[in-house]
Amino acid sequence: MKITINKSDFDRIYEHALSVRPEEACGLIAGVDNEDGVREIRKVYILTNIDHTNEHFTIDPKDQLATIKDIRANGLKPLGNWHSHPESPSRPSEEDKRLANDSNASYLILSLQEEGNPVLNAFHVESVDGEKTVRKEELIIQEEK
Amino acid sequence: MKITVAGEKKEVADGITVAALIEQENVETPQYVTVSINEEFVESGAFADTVIKEGDEIEFLYFMGGGAF
Repeated sequence: MKITINKSDFDRIYEHALSVRPEEACGLIAGVDNEDGVREIRKVYILTNIDHTNEHFTIDPKDQLATIKDIRANGLKPLGNWHSHPESPSRPSEEDKRLANDSNASYLILSLQEEGNPVLNAFHVESVDGEKTVRKEELIIQEEK
Repeated sequence: MKITVAGEKKEVADGITVAALIEQENVETPQYVTVSINEEFVESGAFADTVIKEGDEIEFLYFMGGGAF
C-alpha cells in the first residue's frame, strides 16, 4: 500500500518526539483511503504516552476515544498510529508486533537513533496462522497540496 | 433496532449483547479490544451481560501500545 503524509505533519511529530526524548512519543493518524488505493493521512494527533518511558508506549483509551470522535467529526477515518523509537531503528519491535492487532491499521515508526536524521516508515501487521507478518508500506512525505 | 458502530449506522437484533456484537462484526483479536457505549467504557468481563439499546453508539478500540525492543 502507498501512504502519504504531509511534510508539515512529519515535521510536527519529529519536533514533538525530540521534545519528549528520551521517552517514546506517540499518537494517532487519520485520513482517507482513496479509490486509487493510496492511503492519505490528513490529520496527525499527538497524544500522551502514559508509560513515560524510552522503551514502551501506551495511548490512554480515554484519549484514544476522544480522538476517534474528533476524527469522525472531521469526516475522516482512523488509519492507525505512530510512535517514536528514540534509540532504535524504524522497524516494528517484537513488542510492537505483539500489540499490533488491527490489520486495517498503518503503524508508523519514527526513529531518532541517528541524530539529525529522522527515519519514518509505515508498516502493516497481520496475523497469519498465529504468526505476525509485517509488510513495509510505501510512505511518501509530501509537500502540502 | 438501529445503533451506530464505529461511526456507521447499523440494524441489529433487539437485545444484542456486546459479546454477540463483537462476534457479529468479526472484530479481530477481541481480547485486545476496549468497547465503549455512548463514550462509557464497558469492562471486558461484562461483555456477555451488557445489552445494547436502540440508538447506542458503539466504538471498538484496539489497544494502542508498543515497545522499542
